[in-house]
Amino acid sequence: MGAQPKVVITGVGLVTPLGHDVPTTWQAVLDGKSGVKALTQDWADDLSSKVAGQINLEITSVLDKTAARRMDRSTQLAMIAAKQAVSDADVANNVDSERLGVAFGTGIGGLSTVMEQMQILNERGPDRVNPLTVPMIMPNAAAAMIELEIGAKAGAHAPVSACATSAEAIAWGTSMIRDGRADVVVVGGTEAVINRLAMAAFSAMRAMSTRNDDPQTASRPYDLGRDGFVMSEGAGALVLERYEHALARKAHIYAEVAGFGMTSDAHHIAAPDPEGAGAARAMLAAVKDADANLTDVMHLNAHATSTPLGDIAEGAAVRRAFGSHTDSIAVTAPKSSIGHTLGGAGAIESILTVLSMVNKIIPATINVIDLDPKVNLDVVHGDHRSLTKGSILALNNSFGFGGHNVCVALRTI
Amino acid sequence: MTTEEVMKEMAAILDEVAGVSADQVAMGKSFVDDLDVDSLSMVEVVMAAEDKFGVKIPDEEVKNLRTVGDAVNFIIKSS
Repeated sequence: MGAQPKVVITGVGLVTPLGHDVPTTWQAVLDGKSGVKALTQDWADDLSSKVAGQINLEITSVLDKTAARRMDRSTQLAMIAAKQAVSDADVANNVDSERLGVAFGTGIGGLSTVMEQMQILNERGPDRVNPLTVPMIMPNAAAAMIELEIGAKAGAHAPVSACATSAEAIAWGTSMIRDGRADVVVVGGTEAVINRLAMAAFSAMRAMSTRNDDPQTASRPYDLGRDGFVMSEGAGALVLERYEHALARKAHIYAEVAGFGMTSDAHHIAAPDPEGAGAARAMLAAVKDADANLTDVMHLNAHATSTPLGDIAEGAAVRRAFGSHTDSIAVTAPKSSIGHTLGGAGAIESILTVLSMVNKIIPATINVIDLDPKVNLDVVHGDHRSLTKGSILALNNSFGFGGHNVCVALRTI
Repeated sequence: MTTEEVMKEMAAILDEVAGVSADQVAMGKSFVDDLDVDSLSMVEVVMAAEDKFGVKIPDEEVKNLRTVGDAVNFIIKSS
């Protein structure tokens, strides 16, 4: 161990289209299920992409009714995941509130609330606009509401980097502990923009799948027939903790956040750098930060959103970073099951990576019917893959529009 | 509307907006001190009451509505 404090994961929480908690979501991933369904709402009739991963949960069955009405759906989902993680880590037990922090983000935030209030403004006038609109739509709403809920006083931050947001939140939380600002940080991300505007806007970019006749296979990373990502909603939360602090209060430790790498492409506002240089640098930086060798990396939980260009660019980036060791890295793409939760993805998928390490099993990427040879990675598909070696180092990639590349390195304890 | 009818509707609004249970609502109860209705929720309560009773409650009047009874009497007087 180096000079800087070791950071470990002591709690996890999930709410996804596959399940409303961690065990249900994990089991659904292992069962090869898809959380994607047809959008049957009237507002979706004329959209080109009419499939999405929706969460069918009565929010007020898990959140207080009055608290829930002060939150956009994105914050509601964030709160559900955060409460699970905080309960799992037993944060109420022996954590000083002034040493407790939050780093929680969203890619887009309260867009659905914006749309609702815009309609009220236009139809009924300015004096009918909800007085809670601002705290509902601000991008730091989830971070702030979680901070209030758990009484975190070490600082609450809301990193925003599109679909890399919650991976960046993991990095921020890790830094807070390494810098000595906090002993425990609740990190993660959320998204809930299955609405007419977001669906139309991503479709206008030609980024989304239009496989409307077969929702369950619409998200198919690495398959030759992939035609874009599938919009999903969801949130993931992790409790990060200084290792000695976790030991002292006898917290259950899942794994170590061994390191992270963050770079930017300076290439294009939406398209990935086809050579994957920035993504490769992020992966290399994460391995270096973990004080590990490139050949230690056994598993990659890929960003792989099921877009024609993105999946190939990530493959190129992995090969650029790891050279011939690339063929020894087992790669899986959980967006095949969950779809793309944008700002929630990095946290959700880091949790799945941790569960893979703990349970020593890499879930198969579903919907790979014809593996695209241009991807050129060892994609786990068809059957799950066992992880047999004792100590496991795994990476989780998240990339966001704007050229944000974040790689989180996770290691078994 | 009778005082009882307005009270009943106000209780429903307070439950919906601020999570105040109906048995707590009484004419003499202060919104802020007794029912824990914060300033943002108070704006919501006023807006919901305006919609429900078809009245206008000006901002300068809201500060005079300290208790549930103040609000009920204002609504009856204005409607």
